[in-house]
Amino acid sequence: MATHDAAMAGPGPGEESLGVTNGKLGMWTFLVMDAMTFAGFLAAYARLRWAPGSNWPLPIEEFGPVGIQLTALNTFILICSSVSMVHVLAEQLRGNMVAARKWMAVTVIGGLIFLGIQGFEWTHLILDLWPFVYTDATYGFNQNFAATFFSLTGFHGLHVSVGVIYNFILYLGIRNGKIGPEDTSITEIAGLYWHFVDLIWILVFTFVYLI
Amino acid sequence: MEIRAKGYLSPLSEKGKHSLLTYLKEWACTTDAKRIGVMYLILSLFMAVVGGVLSILIRLELMQSGPSIITDDSFYNALPGMHATAMIFFFIIPCFTGVGNFIMPIQIGAPDMAFPKLNLAAFWILPPAALLTFGGFFFNSLPEFGWTAYPPLSTSVYSPIWGADLWVMGIILVGVSSTMAAVNFLATAFNMRCKGMKMFQVPLFTWSIIVTSFLILAATPVLTSALIMLTLERTFPGVFSFFSPAGGGDPILYQHLFWFYSHPAVYIMILPGFGMINEIIPTFSRKHIFGYALMVWSMVAIAVLGFVVWAHHMFATGIAVQIRVGFMFLTMLIAVPTGIKVFSWLATVWGGSIKFDTPMLYALGFLALFPIGGLSGIVLAAVPVDIQLHDTYYVVAHIHYVLVAGSVMTIFAGLYYWFPKMTGRMYNEFWGRVHFWITLVFINVTFFIQHYLGMKGMPRRYYDYDPQFEALNMLSSFGSFVLFAAQFIFLANVVYSSFKGKEAKANSWDDGLHLEWLISSPPDHHNFHEPPVWEPIVRQHVGPDQPGGLWHRYGE
Repeated sequence: MATHDAAMAGPGPGEESLGVTNGKLGMWTFLVMDAMTFAGFLAAYARLRWAPGSNWPLPIEEFGPVGIQLTALNTFILICSSVSMVHVLAEQLRGNMVAARKWMAVTVIGGLIFLGIQGFEWTHLILDLWPFVYTDATYGFNQNFAATFFSLTGFHGLHVSVGVIYNFILYLGIRNGKIGPEDTSITEIAGLYWHFVDLIWILVFTFVYLI
Repeated sequence: MEIRAKGYLSPLSEKGKHSLLTYLKEWACTTDAKRIGVMYLILSLFMAVVGGVLSILIRLELMQSGPSIITDDSFYNALPGMHATAMIFFFIIPCFTGVGNFIMPIQIGAPDMAFPKLNLAAFWILPPAALLTFGGFFFNSLPEFGWTAYPPLSTSVYSPIWGADLWVMGIILVGVSSTMAAVNFLATAFNMRCKGMKMFQVPLFTWSIIVTSFLILAATPVLTSALIMLTLERTFPGVFSFFSPAGGGDPILYQHLFWFYSHPAVYIMILPGFGMINEIIPTFSRKHIFGYALMVWSMVAIAVLGFVVWAHHMFATGIAVQIRVGFMFLTMLIAVPTGIKVFSWLATVWGGSIKFDTPMLYALGFLALFPIGGLSGIVLAAVPVDIQLHDTYYVVAHIHYVLVAGSVMTIFAGLYYWFPKMTGRMYNEFWGRVHFWITLVFINVTFFIQHYLGMKGMPRRYYDYDPQFEALNMLSSFGSFVLFAAQFIFLANVVYSSFKGKEAKANSWDDGLHLEWLISSPPDHHNFHEPPVWEPIVRQHVGPDQPGGLWHRYGE
């Protein structure tokens, strides 16, 4: 099984290597790239917000305490699903694939709840707070407050969606027995991505909601 | 029809031997890095011809002052941007990716790239990206904002055309493709080296691919983020106004993000060329490269400095003078590692037993002409001078000395150098030299005079110019026509020699040192029949009378 999967995954490391699988190195380098994409969006956010006379509203006043608390709950859920991702790997290392599968289901559900709450929040913001998005209404502040909100949380939400699909494929793999106790590197690589998405959210949450 | 080909070119299946269609299908679906590399090269050379035709249209129009062959000035406005897009994103960058795909895994003793399927995907993103980028040609809707796409000119208010949206999406796709290739290169180079191939044994061309991949990895996504913001702003102008002051945005923000990519992009377009020169000069001087470790670290230094100089493209935008001075200083600092490289090449040639084959001629031509582009870069880096020269033909001359006398010369050097390895046949040396001399002379005829035009104040990208510049523009245009025509010598040589050339030896130049010269020309499907072992070499520079000083005197 493992040999078959290794052959499917392409050539393995050479005699001289960094001592990790090719896949893990590939994911790390991909994450560098992804981090720079977010850096572009965050730099744009910072530049637009902290320009003199930017007329930027205070997030706590715009979203209201309830809005921020809802997103804090959402942050908590995303962090929990990162923890359950760690449990997947831990159970896999113990050879307990049934438990690993269950923890993976928890991870997927955590991601879905996050997306659901975010979808609810977007709907509320567009319909109740920012009607200028779809009507001719005017907005008292710099409208880039909404624009950067949508681009940052939207781009992050896209990553969560990809992660949910990615984790669900792993869930199916574990259920069908294609991922066995020895294929920990597959889980580790998926975990890298999932923790990265979590980490980025901490940054986005801090920038967009808290400060 | 029977397909007779050797090595990796041979058909994979029995059916492929007799049916050209099956054979081509095998190519299109291959995961072999060598075949993917060749496909990159074919695509990029095709796009080079397209970009060349566009530049000829520009030069035809500029031969005389006043409207001449192009009656539609908005069509002319689109040409410089389209020419730059074709040459930068679809010729130079994919061309280096192609050579890297072919050569790099072999040089480190790997059977293939780390992610063969990702490799194929990265290539196949490019043709649709090209169709999108140049889609405007098909329904007369070409973006007129140049390759930089500065807002507000590129927003939906001033460029309300579909061609502009397609262009932006095409460029995003190119970025995705090149980051995929970069991830692949890094995983391969770090993780798949053969026994004995420690990091400081790795050939310098592979090092250049590593450093370039880091640049791509860290720079390209920032352009992608800027282009995503631009697309959002173009599509939903009422909601997103990142870059238009009317909605509280900032056009300078776009320029920062854009040049944070596009300045490192200059190094993405030259570092693999440096790597090729690092291979060619030792082979044809029959000496080890002078200062191997310095070559590596100067490349790293160029890459690091490349990230902190972007605002020198924005001296005329009114950013604070302290910032401008800082960027001026950092920009001039880049001349130091580049100088280390140039002098190390000269020191490698010094005292060597030199053979003047076409690749070496190109390498030396590059060594002679590239410093002109480098030095005019220092001129432009000076803030007061740049404010005068900004957006004049001086900048055009500078960038073409860097990209044509730099990148394109190294591409030719590399293609001639590895042509025997890629096809298993030698190119025609006589026509190679004819191609070299015409190219060398007419690069200067075309571009040198543009320094003068720029200093006299002729602006770039304009449809028309002051009649006093007519004679010199005529000269430049004449040079460009000969330069363009000469490239067909190269193409004809490549096509003819691929089929009819003299068969090449494994070590086609007798003095090739690295692993690609130890395997057959062309290589077999999996490069090595048994895992290679690299005997570590001491790349120290010793006098010609010392052991290891000249390869041909002291043993094979």
